[in-house]
Amino acid sequence: MKLNINGTVKDIEVDPEMPLLWALRDLAGIKGPKFGCGIGACGACTVLIDGEPQRSCSVPVGGVTGAITTIEGISTSENLHVVQQAWIDEQVPQCGYCQSGQILAAIALLENNAKPTDEDINEAMTNLCRCGTYPRIKAAILRAAANMGA
Amino acid sequence: MGKILRRTFLIGTAAIVGGVAFGVYKYRTPYDNPLEDELAEGEATFNPYVKITSDNRITIIAPRAEMGQGISTTLAALVAEELDVDMANLKVEHGPASFAYHNKAMLEDGTPFPHYERGIISNTVRNAMGAVSKFAGIQATGGSSSIKDAYLKMRQAGAAARQTLKQAAANRLGVDISTLKTEGGQVINGNTKIPYGDLALDAAKLDAPSDVQLKSNSDWKILGKSQNRTDMVAKVTGAPIFGIDVDLPDMVYGTIRMNPYLGGRLKSFDASAAEKMPGVIKVVDMSGSENDAFGGGIGVIATNTWTAFKAAEAVKVEWLKAGYPPNTEGIKEVLKKAVAGGSGSSLRDDGDTETAFADAPRTRIVEAEYSVPYLAHACMEPMNATAWLKDGKLQVWAPNQAPTIIRADCAFEAGVDEMDTKVHTTYLGGGFGRRAEIDFCRFATRLAKHADGKPVKVIWSREEDIRHDTYRPAAISRFKARLDENNMLTAFDARIASPSIVASFMRRTFPSLSPAGPDKTMIEGTYDQPYTIANHRVTAIKADLSIPVGFWRAVGNSYNGFFNECFMDEIAVKAKTDPVQLRLSLMKDYPTAAKCVEKVAAMADWGAPLKEGTGKGIAFTLSFGSWVAEVVEVSIVDDAVKIDNVWCAVDVGEALDPSIIKAQIMSGVVFGLSSAMGQEITFADGAVEQGNFDDYDAMRMVQCPNIHVEILENAELMGGVGEVGTPPSIPALANAIYAATGKRIRTMPLSNEVDFAS
Repeated sequence: MKLNINGTVKDIEVDPEMPLLWALRDLAGIKGPKFGCGIGACGACTVLIDGEPQRSCSVPVGGVTGAITTIEGISTSENLHVVQQAWIDEQVPQCGYCQSGQILAAIALLENNAKPTDEDINEAMTNLCRCGTYPRIKAAILRAAANMGA
Repeated sequence: MGKILRRTFLIGTAAIVGGVAFGVYKYRTPYDNPLEDELAEGEATFNPYVKITSDNRITIIAPRAEMGQGISTTLAALVAEELDVDMANLKVEHGPASFAYHNKAMLEDGTPFPHYERGIISNTVRNAMGAVSKFAGIQATGGSSSIKDAYLKMRQAGAAARQTLKQAAANRLGVDISTLKTEGGQVINGNTKIPYGDLALDAAKLDAPSDVQLKSNSDWKILGKSQNRTDMVAKVTGAPIFGIDVDLPDMVYGTIRMNPYLGGRLKSFDASAAEKMPGVIKVVDMSGSENDAFGGGIGVIATNTWTAFKAAEAVKVEWLKAGYPPNTEGIKEVLKKAVAGGSGSSLRDDGDTETAFADAPRTRIVEAEYSVPYLAHACMEPMNATAWLKDGKLQVWAPNQAPTIIRADCAFEAGVDEMDTKVHTTYLGGGFGRRAEIDFCRFATRLAKHADGKPVKVIWSREEDIRHDTYRPAAISRFKARLDENNMLTAFDARIASPSIVASFMRRTFPSLSPAGPDKTMIEGTYDQPYTIANHRVTAIKADLSIPVGFWRAVGNSYNGFFNECFMDEIAVKAKTDPVQLRLSLMKDYPTAAKCVEKVAAMADWGAPLKEGTGKGIAFTLSFGSWVAEVVEVSIVDDAVKIDNVWCAVDVGEALDPSIIKAQIMSGVVFGLSSAMGQEITFADGAVEQGNFDDYDAMRMVQCPNIHVEILENAELMGGVGEVGTPPSIPALANAIYAATGKRIRTMPLSNEVDFAS
């Protein structure tokens, strides 16, 4: 089947029941989305499908028709996304394993809400981080929002 | 001296581990530089920590597991400071598994003495353990020890390389070395600037200096200041840096499904349905030899991970039962029996505690029983490893905390020589002590034996990860205190029963060695706290339970901190004393501790009138050499507990990177609060009941309090930071809930008795 991944259409041979996460990781060679739970509970596998955050471990690949954006698709190494830069400025990541998913969730939030409040952030940012980087994630989102508005 | 040395091999965590390769390596002989085997064309190495290419690319080896704690950045900073290079112009690598990177500080800290006790005996034993570390060559990350271990040796490595580069420049220019300066990766002679790369190959031919002068701390440009972490760009761009991201030509994918009755063997299995599934290559028996503590199981090799997961579930298996009680109630009975009557070892026994209680009137006694459950590590990245066995050579790629132990274990498993075995340490998606184990690498190697010379990446499902952990032990304790007529604390007796982590770790990791002596992890956080009490006894009682237990962030401190500091709160209530004042009165001999408590009280505005429905709780724990006081503030909203603020005052001695230290304290607090708010591993019918983040969750953003951290530097010795935020967070929360509600909760998790806002 054909998958639109980060603006490129890839043709992959895949069981349609395979979760999108594993199709991306094992078949398409896209390693940004991480495996954390397999039941949509942690968000480490978050990707954007037509701009909406989705937990790719719980989305069968056969049903995916929209444009998929993974962390690999939001920037180039010379030109980081404003949210990625805010993550660096606030020194957010610790182990870093959940951060691809966190950044994509934050981008989706800021696309819909340029000036999120604390409550908006709490509501949108439901991904798990075992290192407890939440305070710095929140600071980075506020910083990115300020920089995007500037 | 000889006698003491020999005796030390029977003491404590480190001693036993240290015995492994004793005698094989001569203490006085330095290890070879492992980088010499892997230099690129035009690249020079000066010692195990520095490589420089002739086109001026500088690589620093940070040989400790980067599991989020920022260790690779601060280790690199130690070298960069003395080498005079900019942090932005460096490459940092973990480097190969090598005895040269043994962790001396970790073994020294494993000795059973309180951190502040620095007498002849305790220091002699510590020094002896340092020697053992060198013999055994254990390269490991744990015990919040990496900076203590590296502080001198990695700065010396930077200084020695710099000195050699200067000498090469002096030789080339025909000037005396004393006329040369270095800055920004260049040797400078007046207007002449020579980049290190230009000198590297010449310099590598010179002898290393026998003696180097380190900068004085006041001249530091990098150390002591917050750095941009060296792993940030990779981690915000989704770079494939974790074990789970390993990708090799012709690689196949695997998973395992081990006996849910932990350590139990396999009776039989039927893989016929699984083998018919498209994409399944092979189903294999994963059972090890008779003395393999991991018991039986099956493994699957497939063309992708998802198929491997599905096939593993489709195998019909008959399991044999394990030897421990099959449910949580039965397990608690074993602990209760041990705490009530079992004999144990008392690493603290000051005064005469028996007599002090003998004539005490009942009204002057405080008593409490506490209990904590087993806990899983639940690293974000599930256990995994990739192994490739071909032509008598083995390579293992794994996010791990103990590469030299893994190298030995996997070589043995594969039946190849250790010299033909390479362990590549990737970044770790969390570790928390779980990745100091060998199981995930041993299993990958075992599957690789069936993979026809292809590399196999073996990933555990989350359920397999939660249900086959090396758990933080469950424990039950009884605390008793006596107050005199002036409400002064005159006697303190604690009995703490739990299974021994050291015994469990040894049984599965080094089955041929038997552990001996007390396991200080059982009572660390209680026996070694900076409180002076005239009659003071703390007894550890080993409970005989074969459920695998292991090193979970802060280890014994994670539950002893809770016991000790909630009991201090109960004493304060009985004595009608403010909990801050009670601690300060007991800490008079330890000004470093008292200053932390005073600082955190000021930060939290302790003593200010509380708003209705709110409460503050304080706790203090000295662990891994750092002195940490925390205050938690809660409010009760719609009958649920909301954690609003956490204030932390942490004395680490010398603070090398304030931003990283603060991040680690926050991380430790969230980790501890997560456990207190709802985590427990329970057993039914012999198996772990929890399996994923739906029934074993952790704190989420919406529940995360404001966390305020201040760093103090009064302590004479340097402490660790990776684990030390965790222990006081748990009792401080329980004490805050008591302050807000009057409800004293003595059993973890707190969620069994109160609801938390979400």
